[in-house]
Amino acid sequence: MSEPTHEVKLTVNGVPHSVSVPARRLLSDCLRHDVGLTGTHVGCEHGVCGACTVLLDGEPVRSCLLFAVTVDGQSVTTMEGCRSAEGGLGPVQRAFMECHGLQCGFCTPGFVTTITAFLRDNSDPTEEEAREAIGGNLCRCTGYQNIVASVLRAAEILREGAVE
Amino acid sequence: MKPPAFVYHRPGSVAEAVETLAELGADGKVLAGGQSLVPVLNMRLAAPAALVDINRLGAELAFVETTADRVRVGALARHAQTERDEAAFAALPLLRQATRHVAHQTIRNRGTTVGSIVHADPAAELPAVLMLCDGTMELASAGGTRSVLVADFFLGPLESSLSYGELALAATFSLPPPRTGSAWVEVSRRAGDYALCGLGLTVSLDEDGRISRARAAYISVGPTPVLVDLTDAVAGQAHDAADWSAAGALAAGKVDPDEDIHATADYRRHLVGVLTSRAGRAASAHAAKAADR
Repeated sequence: MSEPTHEVKLTVNGVPHSVSVPARRLLSDCLRHDVGLTGTHVGCEHGVCGACTVLLDGEPVRSCLLFAVTVDGQSVTTMEGCRSAEGGLGPVQRAFMECHGLQCGFCTPGFVTTITAFLRDNSDPTEEEAREAIGGNLCRCTGYQNIVASVLRAAEILREGAVE
Repeated sequence: MKPPAFVYHRPGSVAEAVETLAELGADGKVLAGGQSLVPVLNMRLAAPAALVDINRLGAELAFVETTADRVRVGALARHAQTERDEAAFAALPLLRQATRHVAHQTIRNRGTTVGSIVHADPAAELPAVLMLCDGTMELASAGGTRSVLVADFFLGPLESSLSYGELALAATFSLPPPRTGSAWVEVSRRAGDYALCGLGLTVSLDEDGRISRARAAYISVGPTPVLVDLTDAVAGQAHDAADWSAAGALAAGKVDPDEDIHATADYRRHLVGVLTSRAGRAASAHAAKAADR
């Protein structure tokens, strides 16, 4: 017996998508399986680890704690949407590379989306603010120091870009 | 894990939502922010037959209203909205002080103030704030709307007096008298985790800067938030020289915490004493500042 499905329209990274999913389809799974964007990683699946964080109408949310059907009609930005306009590394990704902000990379998409939204609202954060901003994301490799450095470096890159 | 299957309803108005909930009875569960409900579903700790998604009722329910005597928060105001609301902060600073301790910003972007209260987790901040503010809950059903005083709302862990078929519309927090200060303090294993012990505390001063009233509401030390009147320990004392350790000892004697893997009962009781002192000093200083204005 197959479950009833719902038509869901989502704008993901600026591109409109229409998918047919059961009501219980988590947004994280919808993005990975139905939309085909595997940049969103699924870690704990109960809202603790932060790996699945995406931006919903610009604000960071846990995609594993949302049903796709609930956000029908809304805009989602994933890790893939944090690239630069030319398709290369975006400013936050570049900062992570420069500062060794990742090792295995599993948690990185959640950090990149969270930090992208954070720096949009606070272009010149203190280290303390940077730490608070990433407080909801877990990383088992780096010990966080390099991620904090990455936040501050990304802010620098963004400010330099704004001047150019 | 993945959530179990459910029938999905997405009403377009409060009237339609309560009608749907009336039809569903015990089979229906309201989905608002989902930051507590969805984990429970993902872990298969609950399997409601139907979810009634109220996320399209923003026009009716996404409000934070501040008037001369109260702050009223609608069922679809996210924690982030409550936290940022300047009028609510000016009238009732405790609301922001406490909300900042609710999980992380990412969770607060989605979770709702009213949802946290209805979930009735004894480790949650907002139920204690409602208690400290002598709040009321507005509950709607197909038969009409009723108000429930906070004293009658929390029945036990994860259990409130919300009945099947009812939708919580709003929570109303009464404003404290003038010259009142507040503080929220808690201790958790990691920032943003559930508190091992936490409390909100309010201190009211008389015109001479002496304490006239002090109360605290404690979380994670009982089946529901525990309200303790601390006035006897500190009444008549100067705001900057009150014996808050006596208030802490008074409170420690009023709680009966359980032990779990995170902390022993004794440690939690110890935290009640220590954190009461800390919150008392912070709230007194806050009250003195409020009195200066």
